[in-house]
Amino acid sequence: MTELVVGTKKGLFLLEGQPREGSTEGFEITTRACAGQPVDYALRDPRSGRLFAAVTSPFYGPKLFYTDGDPAAESDWEQADGVTLPEGGDQALERIWVIAAGEAPDTLYMGADPGVLFESHDGGASWEINAGLWNQPSRRDWRPGGGGLCLHSISTWPGDPSRLAVAISAAGMWLTEDGGASWRRGNRGLTPRYLPEADIDPETTALCVHHVERSRSRPERMFMQFHGGVYRSDDAGESWGEIGAGLPSDFGFPLKVDPLDPDSAYVIPLVADMDRVMPDGRVRVYETRDGGSSWSPRGDGLPAKHAYLTVLRQAFTSTGQGEALQLYFGATSGDVFGSGDAGASWGMAATRLPPVFSVSAS
Amino acid sequence: MAVVCVRAPLRALAGGRGEHELEGATVVDLLRGFESANPDAAGWILDERGRIRRHINVFVNGERGAGDTAVSAGDRVDVIPAITGGFS
Repeated sequence: MTELVVGTKKGLFLLEGQPREGSTEGFEITTRACAGQPVDYALRDPRSGRLFAAVTSPFYGPKLFYTDGDPAAESDWEQADGVTLPEGGDQALERIWVIAAGEAPDTLYMGADPGVLFESHDGGASWEINAGLWNQPSRRDWRPGGGGLCLHSISTWPGDPSRLAVAISAAGMWLTEDGGASWRRGNRGLTPRYLPEADIDPETTALCVHHVERSRSRPERMFMQFHGGVYRSDDAGESWGEIGAGLPSDFGFPLKVDPLDPDSAYVIPLVADMDRVMPDGRVRVYETRDGGSSWSPRGDGLPAKHAYLTVLRQAFTSTGQGEALQLYFGATSGDVFGSGDAGASWGMAATRLPPVFSVSAS
Repeated sequence: MAVVCVRAPLRALAGGRGEHELEGATVVDLLRGFESANPDAAGWILDERGRIRRHINVFVNGERGAGDTAVSAGDRVDVIPAITGGFS
């Protein structure tokens, strides 16, 4: 049984089931929580079973809630402590973008706007800001992307809590090897086509990274969806090479990597930055099995005509690995699609939800 | 002392009480005092910059106020989520 945790514009939905080709019968909605609230990101920590929901109330600002009990019971949710910027500055926390389990026990990381990383060492009940990144001298020159100055990708290194990579739109990749005490950029090879070539400097240029994932089986290998360009790094994010040839478009947001196979990755292309829908109105996930040398469409069971969907950067997830890799993505149309065979066939896990902001699976 | 009046969900975060007597010379002084006295509500009305959140309105004795609006003993300050047309 697979649980999907779906954050939407109007609340959190929990689904249980198994993907079934071309059908919505494989999953059922078991819970709606945070009713009416925009749930930007939600995750169940598989280690503790604790369920997190990042909510940005239009009135009361961004908050992180968690529950160890019944998610349908409002009284079982608690607000996490410490999810705030230092008081008295000239910035306010705008939105929580991602939560990731750390490699050390009870450690979690959380990325937020404005380009801030939080860490928790008590399972997510309390958080503190990562001072190393917050105090980066270049921060004053960081510029937001269209979605804000969002720290949206957090890549841990399997078995080594000291190594971490994060991506910020549009402040690029940041790497640490001392547990976040110090950070350096990892942008060599990225080409922002939205800037004049003469202005590109990997140390200072505003680099609009859309999403980054690390291979669990070969951690020095990373994949990136950029604002125009799909890239791969084989040196732990120090440098990047383009691998987007063969895709109908190399613009998009989410990306997944098979934990078992460092050559297998999945992207969901959109037409372009000025037209953020599926190319040709066909819903397709593109797969590479050779590290990005070639790409193949995977769309059996997905809408193939007049389906102008948009999939946001946190709305694509996976669980399992290899041939049994399960893939799930949600669209702003409110549809959630799933595959139980590494993308070979697809079915609908849910329809007519509110616009989907995030999907996670366990 | 002025009175800060809050509604759900702030009331639930403030011990279930809707009215709170507080000292302060301005609206922000009162709201800072409210959040300090009710830690579960910290950050819900004021952001880290000390500003009233964008979609929260305050009314002083029934008139629209702002953070720097002066308050006196006996004044009533209502904290009300804005009617924000355009949210879908």
